[in-house]
Amino acid sequence: MAALTPISRKPLSFVLPILAAAGALVGLFFGTANGSGLIGIVAGAVLVAGLGYAYVEVLKNEKTALWISLAVMVVLGIYLAGIPGIVLGLFFGWFFWWFTHWLFEGRYRARLLPYLTPGQVLWHYSFRVICGLIFFFLVSPLVPVIWLSFNAQDFFTFTPEMLRFDPAGYSLKHYQDFFTNGEWQRSFKNSLIIAPIATVISVSLGTLAAIGLSQSHVPFRRAIMAILISPMIVPLIISATGMFFFYSKIGNFMEGTMGLDKNLVGYFKVVLAHAVLGIPFVIITVTATLVGFDRSLTRAAANMGANPVTTFFKVQMPLILPGVISGGLFAFITSFDEVVVVLFVGSAGQKTLPWQMFTGLREQISPTILAVATILVVISIALLTTVELLRRRSERLRGMSPA
Amino acid sequence: MSDTAQSGPVLAADGTPLKKSLARALRLQKTRALLLIAPLLLFVLVSFIVPIGQMLWRSVENDIVSDTLPLTVQALKTWDASAGELPDEAVYAAFARDMIVAVKAKEHTKLGTRLNYEQTGISSMFRQSGRKVGKWDPVADAPFKQKLIDVHDGWGDINTWRVIQTHARKVTPGYFLNAIDMRLTPDGATTQPEDKRILIKLFGRTLFMSLIIMGSCILLGYPIAWLLANLPMRQANILLILVLLPFWTSLLVRTSAWKVLLQSQGVINEILVWLGLITDEGRLVMINNQFGTIVAMTHILLPFMILPMYSVMQTIPQTYLRAAKSLGATNWTAFWRVYFPQTVPGIGAGSILVFILSIGYYITPEIVGGTKGVFISNRIAYHISSSLNWGLAAALGTILLAVVLLLYWCYDKIVGIDNVKLG
Repeated sequence: MAALTPISRKPLSFVLPILAAAGALVGLFFGTANGSGLIGIVAGAVLVAGLGYAYVEVLKNEKTALWISLAVMVVLGIYLAGIPGIVLGLFFGWFFWWFTHWLFEGRYRARLLPYLTPGQVLWHYSFRVICGLIFFFLVSPLVPVIWLSFNAQDFFTFTPEMLRFDPAGYSLKHYQDFFTNGEWQRSFKNSLIIAPIATVISVSLGTLAAIGLSQSHVPFRRAIMAILISPMIVPLIISATGMFFFYSKIGNFMEGTMGLDKNLVGYFKVVLAHAVLGIPFVIITVTATLVGFDRSLTRAAANMGANPVTTFFKVQMPLILPGVISGGLFAFITSFDEVVVVLFVGSAGQKTLPWQMFTGLREQISPTILAVATILVVISIALLTTVELLRRRSERLRGMSPA
Repeated sequence: MSDTAQSGPVLAADGTPLKKSLARALRLQKTRALLLIAPLLLFVLVSFIVPIGQMLWRSVENDIVSDTLPLTVQALKTWDASAGELPDEAVYAAFARDMIVAVKAKEHTKLGTRLNYEQTGISSMFRQSGRKVGKWDPVADAPFKQKLIDVHDGWGDINTWRVIQTHARKVTPGYFLNAIDMRLTPDGATTQPEDKRILIKLFGRTLFMSLIIMGSCILLGYPIAWLLANLPMRQANILLILVLLPFWTSLLVRTSAWKVLLQSQGVINEILVWLGLITDEGRLVMINNQFGTIVAMTHILLPFMILPMYSVMQTIPQTYLRAAKSLGATNWTAFWRVYFPQTVPGIGAGSILVFILSIGYYITPEIVGGTKGVFISNRIAYHISSSLNWGLAAALGTILLAVVLLLYWCYDKIVGIDNVKLG
């Protein structure tokens, strides 16, 4: 992006105090970690301001300054914190190099409107920092989970070896445990049985209903919509309570009177319960896709002699497919991730992966949970990507049909 | 083609009046739409609405006393409890006959458990007496009054009979009274003894913590939504992924992440100790209390706040703020008087969504909440799976459901059910 605002070099009386303050802030943390906060503040301020002065007044070469900056900070990092200090050193070396030149060359104004007052510029960047911290809050909790899942110890905490990046501190044994332990495998298999079947039920019924709901004349549309969305609105614990009473009766009836296998009945109950929970997501996504659907296409198909079934499968379905699939993914993840209802409705034979994790978190804490969590994060990233791609495709398809 | 000169109704191609033909077409269309919806509607009605309805009914249902002791209940109708005398032999005889039947069907312990909610000790009375009464003969062993009192002196206590009499009715407000820390005694509804009053406090705590979670979601979500709405589309989409990633990540993964972070040997404490901000002995207690629940749930529910806010802020032109400033407004005035009022619907929608979700949350408080940070939902789960007081669980659930539906109604008024968006 071209610079909006002409930039100019700033006086050292502006740059150095800010650098000193930043250095002092970082120095404070390293100082307290190594005994004295006060020394840390002073040393950090002097070091960063001094380096900054050297870069812009003595060196006057950004490339060389970067290497010097990295080298100094890495050495300092190793001295203060050992091997992990290298990572911190690299980061701070790069950061202070960038920060110095950013301030000195006045680059911070380049992308802002020319008429902003200094106060507004300051606010602009403080606001970015605040947002950065919030994003950090959102995403960072997942990092230790992934990291710790490679722990060689059976603990939830970082060992000194892990922090030293010693290969001995890392292992894949929790993953191995997940893939070999019978209990985890059984629950994983249960999840893989229950979630797809529940998804198929909610997608097939949900798509039909969504098509019905998107017709121009539907009596009691709002009431029907409210009922169909209700599984999403009613708190899970209440749905679970209601289903607990209901399905235990149904289960007794099916086992006692119809003489069905106990395990089969269990799966039946959980699948039905999960299908209901997935329905609102299908309804919402599919109706949203149908809003942009060009109705004259079905009429054109009918005009050319296609019967309603052919029209549906050959014309309508391909166009709304992205919406249906993303609704299906939502339903799948709802079922795959669901604990409360299965806890109440299912019996031990239907123990799903989240259930196993839940008991694990509550009772025997095993780091295998973290390995499973990492696998689930990978799965959810894959699903998120799929949904995003589908959404784009759906928009493209809609763009092609005359609105 | 109908003749234009022809008077009378306009006709359709097949000769029927156009009005009628149109009406038929409309009816057909409506029927088709309903037929498409019908399977799903039936499915949801049967497997979701009916269970919820049954739960509501269970919160007032009280068949067990009158079903297990039909004769006794009948006989007790004429007994005047306020007279201060034990019921006469007829009641005891009826009770003995009921008990003999009940013991054979093994129903008496269930009844004992039920009545034990109302008066402690009755459960063991029924169990002990059941063993002896089961061997009696309804005719040969009469009279029963003294025998029963010999078996367990509880049968000689007027209170026992008053409890049975009070709870003989088929529909009881008792569970709801229990749910608000009161109880149904023979003398009418009274408050629970001091040490048993926990539910009102728990409701209060649930609402209070949900409000705090909602507030922190607003505080954290507003800047993010603003940033997303004001950045160029490409950058906004990339940052949106950072919001959606936690949204798509399994709830249990996020909860376990907070367990890893907050526990006393956890990441945050380790860093603080390493920095020297706290001593090794003075590690912060951040888990198994309200703080843990609030932080973890704010993190989990934040995307639900950001997404509605973002979709509202996207529709507000950035030029409004500049216009306000060019007319002489200060930064703050421009934001507060021009921008903020337009975002209120987004805040409202997000807040209600987060609030609804958080008051019914179960998993996260259960894992990171300890005893101080649990919600009313954890109490419901406890009554379902541990104490087996299902009536009380149903009553608590009904109250919670009423609150949620009320909020949902507000949500519908502000946003509309049809406008719920995902992702």
